[in-house]
Amino acid sequence: MSAPHTGQFCVLLLRRQLLLAMRRPIDIANPLLFFTMVIVLFPLGLGPAPDKLASFAPGVLWITALLSNLLTSDAVFRSDFDDGSLEQLILAPQPLFLSALAYISAHWLTTGLLLALLSPVFALMLNLPGSALITLVVSLLLGTAVLSLLGGIGAALTVGLKRGGMLISLLILPLYMPVLIFGSAAVQAAVTGAPSGPYLAILGAMLSLAIALAPLAIAAGLRISIDA
Amino acid sequence: MWTFFHKLGSPPWLYAIAGVVLRWLLPITLIALVGGMIWGVLFTAPDFRQGNSYRIIYVHVPAAVVALAGYYVMAIAGAVSLIWRIKMADVVMKAAAPVGAALAFIALFTGAVWGKPTWGTWWVWDARITSMLILLFLYLGVIALYEAFDNKEAAGKACAVLSLVGMVNIPIIYKSVDWWYSLHQPASIKFTGESTIDPSMLYPLLLMIAAFYALFTCCLLMNMRAELLQRESRTQWVKKIAAKEGKR
Repeated sequence: MSAPHTGQFCVLLLRRQLLLAMRRPIDIANPLLFFTMVIVLFPLGLGPAPDKLASFAPGVLWITALLSNLLTSDAVFRSDFDDGSLEQLILAPQPLFLSALAYISAHWLTTGLLLALLSPVFALMLNLPGSALITLVVSLLLGTAVLSLLGGIGAALTVGLKRGGMLISLLILPLYMPVLIFGSAAVQAAVTGAPSGPYLAILGAMLSLAIALAPLAIAAGLRISIDA
Repeated sequence: MWTFFHKLGSPPWLYAIAGVVLRWLLPITLIALVGGMIWGVLFTAPDFRQGNSYRIIYVHVPAAVVALAGYYVMAIAGAVSLIWRIKMADVVMKAAAPVGAALAFIALFTGAVWGKPTWGTWWVWDARITSMLILLFLYLGVIALYEAFDNKEAAGKACAVLSLVGMVNIPIIYKSVDWWYSLHQPASIKFTGESTIDPSMLYPLLLMIAAFYALFTCCLLMNMRAELLQRESRTQWVKKIAAKEGKR
């Protein structure tokens, strides 16, 4: 049996990751439940006045999406690091950064994508105007992909550490901030009727940059973690 | 020329060179700092709108400028240690992080002290201030990551990757006041074109910026020497130095 081509290998890896996620549906549901719970906290904490909630809604939705992404990114490489399959992946002839991209794609498909698709429901509960819903979904689709890529860097650097959980937030949150700024600004612009296109374009630019560079950093981080 | 450069890769040599540089640079730095402060605080006219409170720029601007430059020093040293596996570059990177973090903190703190009488608030969520805060977090992240690893060689590499990733933020911080019009004024000193600051205020400011660069270098070298002694504590040359210091 010959070794699969690089492209084939990535597809196989992606399918494996997705299959693993499907076999444990609770892992897919957990971030979504967390998202729901935190959204519920805001009306309880800030008071249920509809106009006040509407003005907070873009930021609340974005911060919550960011947090649930942060909490899940720690686990992207963890189990494969523990059982040694990550070492096999590094030894494989296929370039590591493409394999890393497959891992991150699987992570995004099981968290960010679902979260973005689910967000209109919570947006309506928070009284966000209907005209901003499409912008919200598009900004979350673009933005959570960037977050997954950046989170992967933190996960790769801390996967070998026993106490990685708290550290990963310190490493990754400063990098998340620009995404949060432009993501919530896009939704805010759509709420006030201003064009949100420029903000979405900047998010798209961030995504292009992250797709090009983050896998390289993730691959370097994984090599370092395996060596340590 | 090249032999001198290659010799810097040897810990005892680097330790000695840093000592020689420090012996000269440290007094010059102190004189420049004190001189610049006296010049800026006592011998310049008060600003026609801000009165005397503007004088904090003689600390604020140099600290902010050098905090940004320090990140480049850290990230480039990290890149050098990743690419060419030069261990001494790793020492530079590790030594730069706390100094840069301290300078970023000074810039934020003096900005807050100045903002209260001038803008009427300690803090605003403006593009440049927020991005300086992010810079501080980036420095703290590098320090925390280094401390988290037990294997210090891996720690150096991981920090190098992290500081290179964080470097994406530095141009954003640098240009933030030009891109987003906000409460923080745009840069007053320009390399090309007319500066928007009076020469009588500009010269002491330039002296202070130079003094802060020298101060950063001094702190960096002192940190590096301490780090070298710690890393090489089992070698002969460190024992020799320890014996000599012990006799004194």
